[in-house]
Amino acid sequence: MPKDEFTPRTFSVVGTRPLRPDGIDKVTGRARYGADISAPGMLTGMVLRSPHAHARICSIDTSVAAAMPGVKAVITRADFPVHPENNGTADVLDNCMADKKALYDGHAVAAVAASSRRAALDALATIKVVYEVLPHVLDVDEAMKLDAPILHKGRKQEGVPADVSDNVLTRTEYGHGDPEIGFQMADLVIERQFKTAATHQGYIEPHSCLATLGSDGQGDLWVCTQGHYMARNTCAEILGLDSGCLRVTPSEIGGGFGGKTTVFLEPTALLLSQKSGRPVKMTMTREEVFRASGPTASTSIDIKIGMTKDGTITAAKGDYRYQNGAYEAMNGTLGAMTGFAPYDLDHVNTVGWDVVTNRPKAAAYRAPGAPMAAFAVESVIDELAYKLGLDPIEVRLKNAAREGTKSAYGPTYPAIGLEATLKAAKSHPHWSAPLGENQGRGVACGFWFNFGGDTCVSLMVNPDGTVSLSEGNPDIGGSRAAMSMMAAEELGIPMERVRTIIADTAALGQNEVTDGSRVTFAVGLATIKAARHAIQIMVERAAMTWGIDPEAVEWVDGAAQPAGPNAGKHPPMSLAEIAAIASNTGGPISGHFEVNAEGAGVSFGTHIADTEVDPETGAVKIIRYTVFQDAGKAVHPSFVEGQLQGGAVQGIGWALNEEYIYGKDGTLQNAGFLDYRIPVASDLPMIDTAILEIPNPGHPYGVRGVGETGIVPPLAAVANSVSRAAGVRMTSLPMSPPKVLAALKKM
Amino acid sequence: MVTVRLWGSLAELVDGKREIEITATNLRELLEGLGEAYPALKPQISRGVSVAIDGRIYNDTWATPINETSEVVLLNRLVGG
Repeated sequence: MPKDEFTPRTFSVVGTRPLRPDGIDKVTGRARYGADISAPGMLTGMVLRSPHAHARICSIDTSVAAAMPGVKAVITRADFPVHPENNGTADVLDNCMADKKALYDGHAVAAVAASSRRAALDALATIKVVYEVLPHVLDVDEAMKLDAPILHKGRKQEGVPADVSDNVLTRTEYGHGDPEIGFQMADLVIERQFKTAATHQGYIEPHSCLATLGSDGQGDLWVCTQGHYMARNTCAEILGLDSGCLRVTPSEIGGGFGGKTTVFLEPTALLLSQKSGRPVKMTMTREEVFRASGPTASTSIDIKIGMTKDGTITAAKGDYRYQNGAYEAMNGTLGAMTGFAPYDLDHVNTVGWDVVTNRPKAAAYRAPGAPMAAFAVESVIDELAYKLGLDPIEVRLKNAAREGTKSAYGPTYPAIGLEATLKAAKSHPHWSAPLGENQGRGVACGFWFNFGGDTCVSLMVNPDGTVSLSEGNPDIGGSRAAMSMMAAEELGIPMERVRTIIADTAALGQNEVTDGSRVTFAVGLATIKAARHAIQIMVERAAMTWGIDPEAVEWVDGAAQPAGPNAGKHPPMSLAEIAAIASNTGGPISGHFEVNAEGAGVSFGTHIADTEVDPETGAVKIIRYTVFQDAGKAVHPSFVEGQLQGGAVQGIGWALNEEYIYGKDGTLQNAGFLDYRIPVASDLPMIDTAILEIPNPGHPYGVRGVGETGIVPPLAAVANSVSRAAGVRMTSLPMSPPKVLAALKKM
Repeated sequence: MVTVRLWGSLAELVDGKREIEITATNLRELLEGLGEAYPALKPQISRGVSVAIDGRIYNDTWATPINETSEVVLLNRLVGG
């Protein structure tokens, strides 16, 4: 994309807070989520899952199940028709249905489609799987040892040294300068190790889909997903289908946060449908969501930072070891790239390790890999500031990356907003508010890349002057409202005259998954361009009606009007008037834009957290919390605030309570919301937000993605706050009451 | 010629060079040129890379122009949530 897309302007719709167009559907129950979709003759599909963390599958006998009343299809991995050549897709297939080994507790090994849930459950109980139980490994540092149980052989990528096990798939190094020289220049050097637990996105809606697939290879899939084009392409590759023969329609989505950027049930449902000749619906239980979808990586991180007495960081090193579950992922790499990204450093070195273990494959969780890295880096910066008697915001301002800074991951930054968030935090009343007994205040910064990707938008001008807009990304953060607002802004009509829908895969070209904080940036850009395309056509129609050149017509306030002294005198023609005579002037009017929207702007945020620690129990209470983030331009500020609040709350849960707990046998012990505790409203104060607007030069309105950065700082902000309240540095998440109490007793 | 900055572990595959020079006027020529001139980089380029050009990150658009004065930095292919 051109780097000078942004043009300063005054907005009439963008920046306001209209009611969300999907609000009534959602509060009345009319919105249809994945499990709300049904079809005549539909069967229930269910999955048999491994009870072992690591086991060789010696045999599977499905004969009894297949003969049971009501059972219409039974499949195992042997029924899948192709082995994808692409390693990534092959891993997705193996994660959907185990082949020779079960790699984690909950790994699918067989599936049944039956006329009822009861019949399916009864059939699953008769399937005989003979396992040879193998040693397992769950911890990243243990998995890297040469004598660790090995999940896959021969998957080490170039650059991984010989003195670590085959569980280490990638090693990535970034940085510049020579940290050893920098450490010699420091007045104080602190080196610490940090641990974080695996957590789950905790989306309200479990994975669900309804599949039909005929013997002719024609199919339909209705699915709760962050990317229906991804679902189509992946299922087609796994099942050997032509992607054009598979139409995928996304349902409403009850949260994703990165956890619905891949497929888990969909290929199985399609195959069961093809084998049974009936539609098949599959819905995960909450236990299945925990055991067999995609949580985050757990980590072990070493950070070393040197600082002078005036607060200048002289050198920084990070070693980021992430376990990504049973298959390749790049959370450790992203941790290594993002940890020091907020700072202007002469000497920095980071190494990221991506390691497999006997856990479900890690998925993204907003900014994948970044929150854990920020926790470790920001904790050491806080400790340095504390021990040197410096203000922690001033220290960050002193070292903050700015336009022209060579980032820790390589590129030189264009205009960025970190400094603005820090200054806003420093001047906010929260920063100077008094604290009570056993209370502490923490601050932390965070960074995320954001990106764009393939995007298509169609905008139809209807005969009555209303506008229908189709986008290809599930509405996960209010995008229908945001797109309607941007289209209305360009067209010069009220937002209520534009209805945005999410089109299926047969209606628009390829669209990237709803991830990377991309939708308001990329789909918004395409919406603006599609509206401008329609305006161009409407200007031509008006010019034709008036008998003048299109160049002599301009679009102002929702109407075509003559421009210039030679255009003649004609009353303006509104969008509705041009639409009404479209059949007379050439036919229907629509605008389109298809693009790979590259060049998204990076994003920074700063969070302040106040906590109170109960010295008797170790329980931590969030007293006050404020988020400062650069949004470029907030299209609908309420949605932006919601994203910032949501990220903060999820980060607070990650910091204080949430954790995958495994038994000695490698099985998950807390696969439910009673034992895996996410924060609820009564746990939290109102999360305050401050939106900064430093325009992204790569977007016509200056928009930056906002969905992911909000989860990056809170782990560290809360840890810094608790550490100051408790008087002891907390280095392991979650900071659950027993852990805090133990730390207090060690003082 | 365009100067391309490599991340540390990628540099290890090309005799420790953190910067290499390639004749390229756009992203396609850059990625093809890197693979031809430095076969050790091909596996990573096949798996996917992102390229920061003057501070902005690009993944796929072959025609993205690159000038001799552009800052070009190879990055691991980015993913998000």
